[in-house]
Amino acid sequence: MTRNLPSRIAFYALVAVIVLFAVFPFYYAIVTSFSTGTALFQVNYWPKVFDLANYKAVLGSRNFSRSILNSVFIAGCTVGFALFLAVTASYALARVRFRGRGLLLMTILAVSMFPQIAVLAGLFELVRFLGIFNTPWAMILSYTIFTLPFTVWVLTTFMQDLPVEIEEAAIVDGASPWVIITRVFLPLLWPALVTTGLLAFIGAWNEFLFALTFTSSESMRTVPVAIALLSGASQQEIPWGPILAASVIVTVPLIVLVLIFQRKIVAGLTAGGVKG
Amino acid sequence: MTDLTLGRAAGPSLKQRRQRAAFWFLAPMLIALFCVAAWPLLRTIWFSMTDASLSGLYDAEWTGFDNYLSVRTLSSGRVVYRGTLVDPDWWNAVWNTVRFALISVGFETAFGLVVALVMNAEFKGRGLVRAAILIPWAIPTIVSAKMWGWMLNDQFGIINDILMGIGLIDQKIAWTASVDTAMTAVLIVDIWKTTPFMALLILAGLQMVPRDIYEAARLDGVHPVKVFFRITLPLIKPALMVAVIFRMLDALRIFDLVYVLTPNSAATKTMSVISRENMIDFDKFAYGAAQSTLLFAIIAVFVSLYIWLGRVDLSGESQR
Amino acid sequence: MAKIELKNVTKSYGAVEVIKGIDLEIRKGEFMVFVGPSGCGKSTLLRLIAGLEEITSGDLLFDDQKVNHLVPSDRGIAMVFQSYALYPHMKVYDNMAFGMKLARADKAETDRRVREAARLLQIEHLLDRLPKQLSGGQRQRVAIGRAIVRDPRVFLFDEPLSNLDAALRVQTRLEIAKLHHAMDDTTMIYVTHDQVEAMTLADRIAVLRDGKLEQVGTPAELYENPKSIFVAGFIGSPKMNFLTGSFADARGCATLGARPEHIELAPDGSGEWQGEVVHAEDLGSDNYLFVEIGADEPVVVRQPGKLAIPYGSRVSLQPQAQHLHRFGVDGQPLR
Ligand SMILES: Nc1ncnc2c1ncn2[C@@H]1O[C@H](COP(=O)(O)OP(=O)(O)OP(=O)(O)O)[C@@H](O)[C@H]1O
Ligand SMILES: [Mg+2]
Repeated sequence: MTRNLPSRIAFYALVAVIVLFAVFPFYYAIVTSFSTGTALFQVNYWPKVFDLANYKAVLGSRNFSRSILNSVFIAGCTVGFALFLAVTASYALARVRFRGRGLLLMTILAVSMFPQIAVLAGLFELVRFLGIFNTPWAMILSYTIFTLPFTVWVLTTFMQDLPVEIEEAAIVDGASPWVIITRVFLPLLWPALVTTGLLAFIGAWNEFLFALTFTSSESMRTVPVAIALLSGASQQEIPWGPILAASVIVTVPLIVLVLIFQRKIVAGLTAGGVKG
Repeated sequence: MTDLTLGRAAGPSLKQRRQRAAFWFLAPMLIALFCVAAWPLLRTIWFSMTDASLSGLYDAEWTGFDNYLSVRTLSSGRVVYRGTLVDPDWWNAVWNTVRFALISVGFETAFGLVVALVMNAEFKGRGLVRAAILIPWAIPTIVSAKMWGWMLNDQFGIINDILMGIGLIDQKIAWTASVDTAMTAVLIVDIWKTTPFMALLILAGLQMVPRDIYEAARLDGVHPVKVFFRITLPLIKPALMVAVIFRMLDALRIFDLVYVLTPNSAATKTMSVISRENMIDFDKFAYGAAQSTLLFAIIAVFVSLYIWLGRVDLSGESQR
Repeated sequence: MAKIELKNVTKSYGAVEVIKGIDLEIRKGEFMVFVGPSGCGKSTLLRLIAGLEEITSGDLLFDDQKVNHLVPSDRGIAMVFQSYALYPHMKVYDNMAFGMKLARADKAETDRRVREAARLLQIEHLLDRLPKQLSGGQRQRVAIGRAIVRDPRVFLFDEPLSNLDAALRVQTRLEIAKLHHAMDDTTMIYVTHDQVEAMTLADRIAVLRDGKLEQVGTPAELYENPKSIFVAGFIGSPKMNFLTGSFADARGCATLGARPEHIELAPDGSGEWQGEVVHAEDLGSDNYLFVEIGADEPVVVRQPGKLAIPYGSRVSLQPQAQHLHRFGVDGQPLR
């Protein structure tokens, strides 16, 4: 950036526009979430009131707190499950030469590009058959379809980058593949695990289609479904205040996490090249 | 032969042991993927050829391709076509989806390029920009939909307020409800939310371009715009293509944003939305299954075409 | 501790044969060095002995016992890698003890062995550090220490010094030589492409070329009686001069080999070859003169001590007849 003044001004103006566009909607949601009554229905660019009533309403409702717990439980289990299966699988894919390896990787990638609607009918039947309809297990099972291929894919790329000689040293030391994974590679891979785990968590936390289809009672809803279906006193009236308060509540932790781990997340996203 | 028997006597070799371990390591993942992907997919396809309903999943009868297309000749001699393939609602959804995918990915690529180029420059506050653009990406789609739904609200929305303020419109627009603008609303939100992802992928490609290429070009006095089209763009094309293809596949299956931002609007209903609606809400389970099978087929053709054209090395084999 | 025999060992990657039938016997307690140009298959051969690669055909015997199918850890070998390959997340102590821990060895015994190896290599004060807190030379010692702790029958080194700088390389080379004396009943196999390392460390050297054994023998044997032009050119520094044409014809051979140290400066015009000095390198203790005598390349002459011969001056050279090497058209020496 050693150009002349006008082009520098133009450049910084562009930067400002980008930042403004990125941040403003969420900022505005926060501003709105603190207003109630008539204040809600005036356009305020700056925070004028600071009223916690919306937050009290949302957190006070038994169902929304339940939804948060559901979401945490479901996303946590999904991530744990996916990582457990993915670590061993990605070792095999990244480190062992066998016939059909390329084909297998392709298949896994193909699954991650599946339109989820295509398995909805079959999964619906499976969920009913297993008797887990309207329980968190329905989501934990179905989220595997996008978290598992993604984690396998990203961890495989990370594992391929670990030096071969370290593994061979371990083999000479008498380590079995299982020992190599658990005692040599895992300690080296934890940054990758944090990254993939976080990305998978965000994916599970945000999922909507399965959660909408596989739950029927309000107390079983996940956060996105709860927000989408939050209704007011009457059918016509949309409770914007509580909706935005709920939105802020579920988004702030995510944003904090993402900002803390931003470098790792960017690395994971680009390593995977897959959707986040 | 003797070699083999001797090998047995001494136990499996290192390669055999490793391949055996690899098998056991892969098996749980493969079983899991079979259960949640392959099997449900096969069942969906099977259901699409029956007359199953939500309540009667198991007393479904085989109807062949009737859900896709059936031709009947009435006694009067009139020929009646039925099924998804002659359903105007379905074709409307196909058109919506394709339109949405092309426009959104197009804009996201263009904007993503701009943002990536900005972030690739060295300037004060670069970290801040990266943090800022990660925010739309981190916000759950449903939350984005609601947030924007509020901003685009016809009566109290800030967008109308701004546009009226600067005199671009003289009447408040019902962005999400009006047939003319619903698709625009969906596009705005999707582009806002997904451009960061695109930008990050493109940025990763940009950062692999060696800096001295730019230095050399600048010393030669090549105009920056020319540098971009002649040097930068060809170099990042592979990364760009991968990003575009992933986004495209993602856009073709969009569901949540449309469902929440513009519920029940024929102007935005996509293939995913209409399939689920038939399957769950209208109790035309098998009909919806047929529609989702079609969506799968479209995406499968798209993917195989792409792989077949060999544009991307998806297995990462060449990286080794 | 172990005698190693290779019987017609081959290795192919797919259709490409990389090791093309090697017969070799390595004696108990011997320090054997594999040398050869890059890509000739040294590492591959070492990895076949280690068990990290599978032998395609032929037999590998340790103490007359076939080990073709034994996994590395059951062969009683230890290996030192070029990149050290220390476990980055383990302290030095744990790096060295890892193998014994996996073998569920007695704790006290493990501790004793680790400390003894550390004492031998003078790295006792480093035991609590992580690899990233060590210098390159220290890392290499830890890698050697890790190998010692395993108390192997066979010690394998794959270019262990090539990542070190020149000074450290000489010092560590000395350490390895000392180690060999301290553990004189352990067989050691050492891969390098540096012929100085080979000459200084080896009991015997095996010269490899393109997946085949070119010659095996003590450093002196290889130096004095190279069995081919290839070996003659590979062993010795600076390289042997090769002369063809009339120079070779004069002595009844196709190629005449003369080492730089076996060519003397003769008083004006009295030598056999006359030429012009086109380049000179002064290494302090030695001088290398590059003399253009009308052969394909300038002849290199090694002269000890100080010398003041200006470029372009004409000199007369006299090869020492008893040290000349004569080779036939097939590259084999003529007797
Ligand atoms: N996994 C493999 N697949 C195919 N070819 C291989 C493989 N490993 C080695 N090779 C080939 O085998 C030949 C010998 O390789 P090797 O590593 O043994 O050479 P080297 O003598 O150790 O060389 P350097 O001095 O460069 O280390 C090379 O031509 C190499 O390309
Ligand atoms: Mg090598």
